[in-house]
Amino acid sequence: MPDQTYNDDVNSETGAYNYAYLDEQTKRMIRRAILKAVAVPGYQVPFGGREMPLPYGWGTGGIQVTAAIIGRDDTLKVIDQGADDTTNAVSIRRFFAKVADVATTTRTEEATVIQTRHRVPETPLKDGQILVFQVPIPEPLRMLEPRETETRTLHALSEYGVMQVSLYESIARFGRISKAYNYPVLVNGRYMMSPSPIPKFDNPKLDRNPALQLYGAGREKRIYAVPPYTPVKSLDFDDHPFEIEKWEQACAYCGSKHSFLDEMIVDDDGQRLFVCSDTDYCQERQETQRQSEQKK
Amino acid sequence: MYVAVKGGETAIAHSLELVADKRRGDRAIAELTLEQIDQQMGLAVDRVMTEGSCHDRSLAALAIKQARGDLVEAIFLLRAYRTTLPRFGDSVPLDTSRMLAERRISSTFKDVPGGQVLGPTYDYTHRLLDFTLAANGERPAAPTAPADTTGDLPRVGDILEREGMLEPPPPASSGAPAQDITRTPLTFPASRPVRLQNLARGDEGFLLALAYSTQRGYGNNHPFVGEIRFGSVPVSFVPEELGFEIEIAEIDVTECDMVNQFAGNSETPPQFTRGYGLAFGHAERKAMAMALCDRALRVEELSESVTSPAQDEEFVLAHSDSVEASGFVQHLKLPHYVDFQSELVVVRTLRAEVEKRKRQEALDRAAE
Amino acid sequence: MSGPLLSAKGVTKRFGGRIACQGVSFELWPGEVLGVVGESGSGKTTLLNCLAGRLMPDEGIVSYETKSMGTVDVHRLSEARRRLLARTEWGFVNQDAREGLRMGVSAGANIGERLMAIGARHYGNIREVASDWMERVELDIERLDDRPTAYSGGMRQRLQIARNLVSEPRLVFMDEPTGGLDVSVQARLLDLLRGLVDRFHLSAVLVTHDLGVARLLTHRLMVMQGGRVVEEGLTDQVLDDPQDAYTQMLVASILPV
Repeated sequence: MPDQTYNDDVNSETGAYNYAYLDEQTKRMIRRAILKAVAVPGYQVPFGGREMPLPYGWGTGGIQVTAAIIGRDDTLKVIDQGADDTTNAVSIRRFFAKVADVATTTRTEEATVIQTRHRVPETPLKDGQILVFQVPIPEPLRMLEPRETETRTLHALSEYGVMQVSLYESIARFGRISKAYNYPVLVNGRYMMSPSPIPKFDNPKLDRNPALQLYGAGREKRIYAVPPYTPVKSLDFDDHPFEIEKWEQACAYCGSKHSFLDEMIVDDDGQRLFVCSDTDYCQERQETQRQSEQKK
Repeated sequence: MYVAVKGGETAIAHSLELVADKRRGDRAIAELTLEQIDQQMGLAVDRVMTEGSCHDRSLAALAIKQARGDLVEAIFLLRAYRTTLPRFGDSVPLDTSRMLAERRISSTFKDVPGGQVLGPTYDYTHRLLDFTLAANGERPAAPTAPADTTGDLPRVGDILEREGMLEPPPPASSGAPAQDITRTPLTFPASRPVRLQNLARGDEGFLLALAYSTQRGYGNNHPFVGEIRFGSVPVSFVPEELGFEIEIAEIDVTECDMVNQFAGNSETPPQFTRGYGLAFGHAERKAMAMALCDRALRVEELSESVTSPAQDEEFVLAHSDSVEASGFVQHLKLPHYVDFQSELVVVRTLRAEVEKRKRQEALDRAAE
Repeated sequence: MSGPLLSAKGVTKRFGGRIACQGVSFELWPGEVLGVVGESGSGKTTLLNCLAGRLMPDEGIVSYETKSMGTVDVHRLSEARRRLLARTEWGFVNQDAREGLRMGVSAGANIGERLMAIGARHYGNIREVASDWMERVELDIERLDDRPTAYSGGMRQRLQIARNLVSEPRLVFMDEPTGGLDVSVQARLLDLLRGLVDRFHLSAVLVTHDLGVARLLTHRLMVMQGGRVVEEGLTDQVLDDPQDAYTQMLVASILPV
């Protein structure tokens, strides 16, 4: 990465902003934080997050991470709830197309950097890809212990009993662990991590994934990471093992029985349609089916 | 059925058009100019600069215009712009004793050297809507007394301090600037300079409520207004190339020194303690609220115990930023349907299990 | 094991200009219950907190013989080690049970926490151990899933005891464990404590202003006044034949039952 400051006038609307909006100093600062995060998997590294043109809560952490690592040779995919066409995904993709002059795609296979809110793509990722998660609350223990000074100590001393207690309590009350999303995991056998509000359905995908996982929390100003091929284990009990959601239905469009399905209410009678949440995955399958139909 | 990727883009583009249209309003009505906003809505400009952490009246006015008067939105705009500005260095600390004060009052003494200068304030107005303002073109009479005081205004705090009655202000730093919270993240425990930065750009409403709570018994520290002064101060900077100080600007600030409950024990004689507030422009409510919160948060230094939210450093500092708060609260409008779907699955499963158990119990009872 | 389980040498703590406790020294041997009595303000709770590593004394040393790491200076341990010790080999029973419990989770979770903190991962087993302990402290196991908010004061205290003892600690610190409870509830709780101390061969430092509690539970007694130990010895001896004037006054002021 050359040291000079870019001053490309990529769009008359934005005027002379640096490449990918952030100045080089800021990008360097974020990259340093990313390197620390990769060196200590699952550990939350504080970073000097900046105000971005999108509000806190809209993915400023993910945007800052992406801005720090993206380059002209990259291809960027942005999804929200698994879909490329949700308004927030569209907004962020437009932002980077504008300030980073970067190729964008909806195809998981073609992307080098994927920024996501609340889902992991169904299509398995490959070595060399980077998955950037948007994180609202980076601290997995936050709802059990509101004090930052205390949670920092708990992580340092590996004192995670309080989380196990909350899972016990869930079983005592409901007969099962009722946590459905943002399900806590242990990374590399050491740090407890919040995988961001992905459904627990996606947790297994984090384990030993060939891609690099980066997590950015803009408002809380924390970055953390899971390097490729790192063990990520969802918390559970031996006699109440972790399990993912299952549907009786298959996707109405592509017939998939193994992907996360969105439930859509289609008429006043409450008729429901179940469709893959990952729009690219669904389209791929539909395309494959169409082609094999044509071959017959 | 293929879900068009373009659908969301069109919807967003249309939404932006609608916002621009609303912002302009009825085209038959004259458009606001930035100068009008700066001159005639100056207190809004002051607030946006203070919480936006950026002193530029025309930028703040622009933000207010673009945000249609929503000041939290305007503050966000100014902060986002600030992110892109290059940093040359730090100014010399402002010397408010050199202030050309338009207003200076103290509640601790009836009269003070330099006098009680009332200046421009709403404090003595009667809050009666003035309908003459509704009709344009009224020119108020020119002021009869001079606006500035050129005379010396010794600080009330210094007078008390000389007697040993008021704790001295914290010692001037070695020259190294304090940690800049817009560059490095806030961590706890926080030093007083860090707390003051956070409070200075904190939401006025939030700080006002906390300050109010201390007065109503949630961590009372018996405050008195030692001094409030409003006026212009010079801003100086030492450019590396020159090596000496040059004055680069003159800005208006409001400063509040609170005098609070005296601390002391058998070994240290009692003294009054301080709270400090500072804001851009004329913003007494903000400076006072900040000073009360500053004093409340000094529990550790003054060996007091935390008994109220205003004294709880993590609670106050983590939630004082209107841009952070607004973002996170409003982000709930974003799609959350995947997580909601997970919850639906769990709730349905649990309900099914309860039903099953009830049916089984009913069967068991019937069998008896 | 050769030496005393817990020893204090010259433990002193001041708050500003005020002396809370001064020059306290003693040795506690395995299986012993040491009582610390005195009126409020005598410094006994400060002393207890210094011994348990919760307060840093200004002078003096507190030593503890650990299960497998030899003798340690409690206040020179890293915070990590001290917290681990507090969760495994030690117990601390607070006067107000709410301070020693998680009020927002069930009794079972409260008791099971120490087990989960050291790696227990079988829900059924944890529940069984928790139930066993509910029985030992004479709580109804049907209430295993109830929260302590639904318990009476006496029940909460029993729960607090169970939560501490589940890790089979060797040393228990108790701060007025029966304070604030009804007389009859107190009596039953004292019986329970005495039974548990005997059965599990516990060592304990017990702070109380109630000489009756001291007589029932402790082997040896230290009497504190104004931060200093004014008399010490075998409990029965101190209570039946007090030498120090202050102790005599204390003993004399117990209402005969």
